Amino acid sequence: MSGLRGLVIRRILMGLVTMFVISLLIFVGVEALPGDLATAILGQEATPETVAAFRKELKLDLPPHVRYIAWLGDFMKGDLGTSLANKRPVAELISWRFANTIFLAASAAVLAVPLSILLGILAALYRNSLFDKTISMVTLSTISFPEFFVAYILIALLSVQLIIFPSISNINDQMSFAQKIYSIVLPCLTLTLVVMAHMMRQTRAAIINILASPFIEMARLKGIKRMRVIVLHAFPNALSPVINVVAINLAYLIVGVVIVEVVFVYPGLGQLLVDSVSKRDIPVVQASGLIFAAVYVSLNLLADVASILTNPRMRNPK
Amino acid sequence: MTEILRMTKLKIEGFSDEQWVPIVKGVDVRLDKGEVLGLIGESGAGKSTIGLASMAYTRMGCRITGDSIVFDGMELFGADEEFLRKIRGTRIAYVAQSAAGSFNPAHRLIKQYAEAPVQHGIMNFDEAEKKAVDIYRRLLLPDPERIGYRYPHQVSGGQLQRAMVAMAMACTPDIIIFDEPTTALDVTTQIEVLAAIKKITREFNTAALYITHDLAVVAQIADRIMVLRYGELVEENNAREIIASPKEEYTRALLSVRTLTEHKDLSESEKDIILDVRDVSASYSGKQTDLVLEDINLKIRRGRTVALVGESGSGKSTLARVITGLLPPLKGEVIYEGKALPPALKNRTREMLRLAQMIYQMPDTALNPRHKVRMVIGRPLAFYFGMRGQERDNRVYELLEQIELPRKYIDRYPNELSGGEKQRVCIARSLAAKPDLIICDEPTSALDQLVAEGILKLLQELQNELRVSYLFITHDLATVKAISDEMVVMLKGRIVEQGVKKDVLAPPHHEYTELLLSSVPEMDPDWLDNVLEERKRKGIKMQEFVQS
Repeated sequence: MSGLRGLVIRRILMGLVTMFVISLLIFVGVEALPGDLATAILGQEATPETVAAFRKELKLDLPPHVRYIAWLGDFMKGDLGTSLANKRPVAELISWRFANTIFLAASAAVLAVPLSILLGILAALYRNSLFDKTISMVTLSTISFPEFFVAYILIALLSVQLIIFPSISNINDQMSFAQKIYSIVLPCLTLTLVVMAHMMRQTRAAIINILASPFIEMARLKGIKRMRVIVLHAFPNALSPVINVVAINLAYLIVGVVIVEVVFVYPGLGQLLVDSVSKRDIPVVQASGLIFAAVYVSLNLLADVASILTNPRMRNPK
Repeated sequence: MTEILRMTKLKIEGFSDEQWVPIVKGVDVRLDKGEVLGLIGESGAGKSTIGLASMAYTRMGCRITGDSIVFDGMELFGADEEFLRKIRGTRIAYVAQSAAGSFNPAHRLIKQYAEAPVQHGIMNFDEAEKKAVDIYRRLLLPDPERIGYRYPHQVSGGQLQRAMVAMAMACTPDIIIFDEPTTALDVTTQIEVLAAIKKITREFNTAALYITHDLAVVAQIADRIMVLRYGELVEENNAREIIASPKEEYTRALLSVRTLTEHKDLSESEKDIILDVRDVSASYSGKQTDLVLEDINLKIRRGRTVALVGESGSGKSTLARVITGLLPPLKGEVIYEGKALPPALKNRTREMLRLAQMIYQMPDTALNPRHKVRMVIGRPLAFYFGMRGQERDNRVYELLEQIELPRKYIDRYPNELSGGEKQRVCIARSLAAKPDLIICDEPTSALDQLVAEGILKLLQELQNELRVSYLFITHDLATVKAISDEMVVMLKGRIVEQGVKKDVLAPPHHEYTELLLSSVPEMDPDWLDNVLEERKRKGIKMQEFVQS
């Protein structure tokens, strides 16, 4: 088992290094934003004295590397800083929105992941049939459209024409779980349509790839039913590529929801990020960026570990 | 004897180049209950295809077109898929060539064993497991109660092959198709599996189709033999008669024992030594604790063929990597004509690289499919001698002549050549560098017997003409006997015996050499029983040598 543990620890260390590099990039990126922050916030008419005082208050007069270390140090201690726009702690601003984003992403994942894997398995089972081709075509079309287009089409169909679901997905703490689900149906559906093609096609391809293996022929020559051959013999061996594509899409669901959140006016982290960039609320932008990065890195880390675990050679050494 | 299977005028077609071409052209196959029928022939003879057709199964891109396949009174040709599914695995079972590939890596052996009996509703898991233990025990698998709970990668190749035989036995079928079940194994492992197959088919009175390209192997197992070529029957007779008195020329060619070496001066003179490997130890991890080679000492003289013999994992190919510089050794050195070569490839000069060339096992992967023969052979000419244009083409023509291929082949791509022709091009490519030494890594093991013989003959002629030396890596002792002057026997990274072939082959042997030599199947149908009998008498245990 020591080999496995070593591998996992190595992956985690790599993840930490990646996070460090990302934090640096975020900091440099924000630093490189054009224009002066103080002027942007205080307005053109501010006197040089007020600007200087403001800069001193925000420690903007210190050299960048000192500020970077201070920022990262605070961040590690759990202090995300204070918003420039409304002087409230960033953690307070972000936490409930991040929970909302996770809620939306999780709902979409619960729908999209099993559905696309199931469709992928069926497409592999009925390869080159009409069903396979239809599924392929439909998922490819939905992935080819930009998200906002899919979103507006869904709004036009399901909330303007048919008036079944709301086009604005504003949720709050007073709503029951069912009410919340009801109000996020459309963004959830949009996200599902956008991520499904990728996962479904990868599942199909991975299974078809495995179907050429001698052990599949062996299973068929043992007189095993087709469905069982695919589910029990092909699928477990196709897990590794499937897990990887699922992880990438899960990360996308959380990180890439910005546009969908804006379209449906959903109170998530993406929405906040967009607002904060336009308001030059640097601490919020930096914190959200780092949280998104952490999600991305940890999901990929999980996928790596999970696909190592699906390898029976790793799980059961000689 | 009652008949269990009869295939009449079996015709099978394969789809290639946009049309259906016949693979099996109307072969009649009859199999009685409890009888073992050997199907032998070279690749392309259609023997595997015929074997699978007895279950009315074809691989992708093939189809059965006639006339009938009658199993136990039921017509299988044209029967519906569900009907066939119920027969497959229960009444006719299959044992494939590669057990490593044919077991699902994700499931334990017992789960795969029990799948057919449980899924077909013949017994429940506990009953299946009980029977599995009994069969594992009969097949002499170690720890029969628990071996089933291992994963395929946790048992050795020979054990896995026997586990597959056990799996085929799970539903006590009427017929088992053995498709080259020992071809991928080392000789010492092959003998165990052969013995296991023979024992189990006798004990359960199971009929079998035994498919192989090796007449000596099939002679041990089969009651009756059919020789096939190009999808047609060449000759059919009972096993003893076909070996004692083959009627057809083709069968005689398959039977002929290879002897190619001529008498040479094999004196141990020092001045002829071109390559001297001294005290070499090597490992892939760079650690002293897992050495793949240990204290190897080896001399190669000009114009000689040194055969390097050993089982998979014994370190033969690693030694070749050390000599060529691909793997710098931990200890020791490689000396060429009195001067030590730099251990790593990147530190060797072009002239040093030219001296030793390689020929690989798989000519398919050793040739760039997008390069024409002109480019393949011409590149070393340009690289080592700076030849170009007409001069280079002329030299390529000369080399083509030496390897007995027509001049027009210069404009062909590798996929327009047969397996044997590709290997000839590989030989020409290595000759183009005018090397002193050619390292041949199993150059004939991927080829059919008669083609392989042609290649060996060519290598022999080239050696006589050019005085080039060969380091011939192989696990096939028949090839060693045919071509080598000297032999080096390796076991677990060490040399256990070396010397002039005649001396190594003559008793007394090192015990491992003895085991190796006595494991090579002979044409005598009683060979297997005799060897096993003798080993029992002497109390030789193979496990001491065979690596798990």
